[in-house]
Amino acid sequence: MIRTSLLIVAKLDLWQLFHMEQLPYKAILSEKEWGIGSMIIFDQVTKIYEGKGHSVKALQNVDLQVKKGEIYGVIGFSGAGKSSLIRCVNALERPSSGRVIVDGKNLLQLTAKEVREAKRNIGMIFQHFNLLHSKTVFTNVAMPLLVAKRPKEEVRKRVLELLAFVGLEDKANSYPDQLSGGQKQRVGIARALVTNPKVLLCDEATSALDPETTKAILQLLKQVNQAYGVTILMITHEMSAIREICDQVAVLDQGKIVESGSVFQVFSKPKTAIAAKFVRSVMNDHIPESIYALLREQREDRHIYRIVFVGNSAGEPLLSQVAKTYTVDVNILYGSITELQGIPFGNLIVQFSGAEKEMKRALLHIHQQKVTVKEVLADVS
Amino acid sequence: MLVNQEQLLQAIWETVVMVGVSLIFSFFIGLVLGVLLVVTRKGHLLENQIIFTILNAGINIFRSIPFIILMVAVIPFTRLIVGTSIGTAAAIVPMILFAGPYIARLIENSLLEVDQGVIEAAQAMGATPWQIMTRFLLPEALSSLLLGITIATIGLVGASAMAGAVGGGGLGDLAITYGYQRFDTVVMLLTVGILIIMVQGLQSLGNYLARRVRRR
Repeated sequence: MIRTSLLIVAKLDLWQLFHMEQLPYKAILSEKEWGIGSMIIFDQVTKIYEGKGHSVKALQNVDLQVKKGEIYGVIGFSGAGKSSLIRCVNALERPSSGRVIVDGKNLLQLTAKEVREAKRNIGMIFQHFNLLHSKTVFTNVAMPLLVAKRPKEEVRKRVLELLAFVGLEDKANSYPDQLSGGQKQRVGIARALVTNPKVLLCDEATSALDPETTKAILQLLKQVNQAYGVTILMITHEMSAIREICDQVAVLDQGKIVESGSVFQVFSKPKTAIAAKFVRSVMNDHIPESIYALLREQREDRHIYRIVFVGNSAGEPLLSQVAKTYTVDVNILYGSITELQGIPFGNLIVQFSGAEKEMKRALLHIHQQKVTVKEVLADVS
Repeated sequence: MLVNQEQLLQAIWETVVMVGVSLIFSFFIGLVLGVLLVVTRKGHLLENQIIFTILNAGINIFRSIPFIILMVAVIPFTRLIVGTSIGTAAAIVPMILFAGPYIARLIENSLLEVDQGVIEAAQAMGATPWQIMTRFLLPEALSSLLLGITIATIGLVGASAMAGAVGGGGLGDLAITYGYQRFDTVVMLLTVGILIIMVQGLQSLGNYLARRVRRR
């Protein structure tokens, strides 16, 4: 047992050495050039938790830029470092090295008073809502303004405005325990927005909600983004939440961002295995076991392909054209179609059978139609 | 019965005074110590290892001394504060020293029950440590605090019975001097009955108040 763990430690050290050599040379850019149009910038952020005798690297050299007005999703399994990442934005956590810049300010360089002021520019909602049970919905929403010692009349006006925005104007005098989960999160959102922040942090905001409520809350967040122009950074382990509203996505694995890009890019062509795994969790392109059985007895004159349609090509009657033009039989084994940011995204698993030559011609035809075709083998999914 | 009505009322009054006055003082002492115990611990708002360790040990020491011993041991201090070492006022001083650390622990307990997420939300909205304590922690813990205070008050009623040892008077004193030492069963039963009613009443009041502020 001890020997194995020693081995692992040794391996990690080597790996780290290797990794350090691999660190990209950081281009020297002027501050202005570098963060242009960005609301949140992570610059080589590392977070290490020192424990007794061992330390945990929660974040390792994270670089990330969230543009103004964007909805940026960070996805990862539990323990990937998502919580540390989002908490570095509003200084609930302090990075061990590197810096986080929000709206042009590095919170760690400000005085305590300035930090409190800067935090009013960053709203946050939580998985478990974190509302005060002893206060009414009104007071809960008003809290950030009360803490900022704003005049009563302004507080009242602003709170009522936000309660109307989240659709809870009739619940002002209720207590959180009288509300449903979705309503509690609405209160959380109203509270986070009451100071008119430029940034909203969502910490697994929909993870404690049922699918129906999740959808409604995500739509509300989208509305927040559009109506108030609030930049949103959300962390989640649910790919469906990312698909629903995010523009950009980053995949966090063991404290490192292993993949990032537009939601469309990552969903249609995930580069890493972990990203593919997350994508598969919502795109539902698992090939059922019975079809695998078919694949295993794959014969010379039958081939199985995965065809991915994107955008307009999804609307074209490609397969029927193929079947008419070439002497091949087309058998659809499995299919799904989803929408990503308004663009249809189809995924078909089809079996072609016919003469080798005809199949090749058919494939060539399909390739010319701007769709991705990949042969599916029994041992890969 | 060896006791007349006037003596009985006098004893009840003394018990009420001893419990009431010592409760007020020990509550404030306990509140300050309890809050400090929570916020100075590791990873909390105002982490301070030294203050925490001293408070923690100090409270344990006071809490381990039996009340009857504490009462005698602090006589010089009592004399310094109230000018005498006997009587109702003199009994109140050790009662405060007895209940203060006890209440500190009860308050600590209640505050620790508050969801860590609430503190996080408060920090995220830019609340100062003072605001977090007064506007978030204490209101959220209020219901549980009231139940804790009820326990402490009943503890003080018990302690007041021993106040007879320093001539503090009260119901306990009456029970011992007349009921026990002079074998007056009626006085004994009467005083015990009154104490039972007092304790029941206090507990019901505490439960009622806790329920009212909880609103769940």
